Amino acid sequence: VGPGRGRRRGRAGPGRTGADAVSAPMQGGGSAVIDMENMDDTSGSSFEDMGEMHQRMKEEEEEEAEGEAGTGEEEDGEFLGMKGLRGQLGRQVADQMWQVGKRQASRAFSLYANIDILRPYFDVEPVQVRARLLESMIPVKMINFPQKIAGELYGPLMLVFTLVAILLHGMKTSDTIIREGTLMGTAIGTCFGYWLGVSSFMYFLAYLCNAQITMVQMLSLLGYGLFGHCITLFVTYNIHFHSLFYIFWLVVGGLSTLRMVAVLVSRTVGHTQRLILCGTLAALHMLFLLYLHFAYHKVVEGILDTLEGPNMPPFQRVARDIPVVSNAVLNTTAKAIALTL
Amino acid sequence: FPGLADVSISQDIPVEGEITVPVGSHSPDEDYSTLDEPVKDTIMRDLKAVGKKFVHVMYPRKSSALLRDWDLWGPLVLCVSLALMLQGGSADSKDDGGPQFAEVFVIIWFGAVVITLNSKLLGGTISFFQSLCVLGYCVLPLTVAMLVCRLVLLAGAGTVSFVIRLIVVGAMFGWSTLASTAFLADSQPPNRKALVVYPIFLFYFVISWMILTFTPQ
Repeated sequence: VGPGRGRRRGRAGPGRTGADAVSAPMQGGGSAVIDMENMDDTSGSSFEDMGEMHQRMKEEEEEEAEGEAGTGEEEDGEFLGMKGLRGQLGRQVADQMWQVGKRQASRAFSLYANIDILRPYFDVEPVQVRARLLESMIPVKMINFPQKIAGELYGPLMLVFTLVAILLHGMKTSDTIIREGTLMGTAIGTCFGYWLGVSSFMYFLAYLCNAQITMVQMLSLLGYGLFGHCITLFVTYNIHFHSLFYIFWLVVGGLSTLRMVAVLVSRTVGHTQRLILCGTLAALHMLFLLYLHFAYHKVVEGILDTLEGPNMPPFQRVARDIPVVSNAVLNTTAKAIALTL
Repeated sequence: FPGLADVSISQDIPVEGEITVPVGSHSPDEDYSTLDEPVKDTIMRDLKAVGKKFVHVMYPRKSSALLRDWDLWGPLVLCVSLALMLQGGSADSKDDGGPQFAEVFVIIWFGAVVITLNSKLLGGTISFFQSLCVLGYCVLPLTVAMLVCRLVLLAGAGTVSFVIRLIVVGAMFGWSTLASTAFLADSQPPNRKALVVYPIFLFYFVISWMILTFTPQ
């Protein structure tokens, strides 16, 4: 109990300032994520009751101590011991319940705080989102002046989910079969992994190359860059022409990559750094589009079947009917031998 | 108390009266205590609440009954029945539809949570569980569409059946989206309704796509 109490006191400082920072937006709209009134909290008494019980227990124990000092030795030794033990046990239980309640409250509070941190990034109007979507396909000409990037997360998040839906459609139409997981899991993992992973990697590179960009801006930039991917995949998953895909890849993918690259370049100083950032982002972005097209496309299934050896990796395809093939081969060789004889 | 000094009670008059307070025939506890009622009453009450919400979904009017007392029984039943009906669509019968069930479950609940968080972050006034309740109940038209698709597929799997299924699923998808929009968009600031409707549209689109591409083997 001792070290626990000390720890609580140590955390009171930063926790309190965090609470002050969070209580302001909470007072504004009263719109918290989890309505505590609506939640069916059947865990027992409220915190005020806990505090009261704790206080009462303390007072009882003090009275008991006084009473014991008064009556003292006329009782049996064991009986006194039991009474003292029961009081102590009761106090410990009340103490523990109070601490658990307090911990629950602080955890729920930190959940509130985490959601409210994201609130300013979702403060957009539909016209703004539409404008930014169209802008993401238009490369900027001015690269000597740092271009403004809106730090908004609604558009990129919706684009990632749209990409997931399009991927799912593509996987279903190409009859991709995944044994060790689910289609949805793969699609979500791929898209979110790309968005978050490549953003973090580019942010790290930008930090190394002294580019003026924050993490949220990088997430936003890459997210809007996925708009080109969405358009390309939506068209080419329905119309299966390879040449059409290559045209779309170059034109649409190229335009959105050019825009991202131009914005990044405008925020970097120095030729080597600009080259590193441009090259990496362009390569990753274009290669991702290629990967999405070919990994889930009908045509490539045959190639993958022949490439895979006897040990099947997690991405498993349906096994070809070996006996039929070998029978056919045997029959033809037998016929050929019979003909020559 | 100087004024009371001369008040005296003579010793031979007994002081008597009623100490008991008359208790009302209906104490508040009796109305809310549902422990003593038969189990049938409890179940019927919950079933009636769920049924009333189903009716609200099928004929979406601007009533607040769906929002006021939310419950998650309906969404659970719908989700489980949809996931069960979507089983058996994999090419290999050995697979036994395991991933399909988990997939549908995860999509519906994860998607509903994401939409709820999104609408809260955009400044909505609806609570977390109310939003989950509405989104779950609005899966009902799609479950009906799944039932119809399965019956149509029993008759055959040609182009005609595909067209019928496409029309039915499309109509039910529109109905679902309109029903949930009618409940959820009211709690948003008026100029941001489109931002909230799009994820709902995407959510029901993914579910309808799973229903449309279901082919039993």
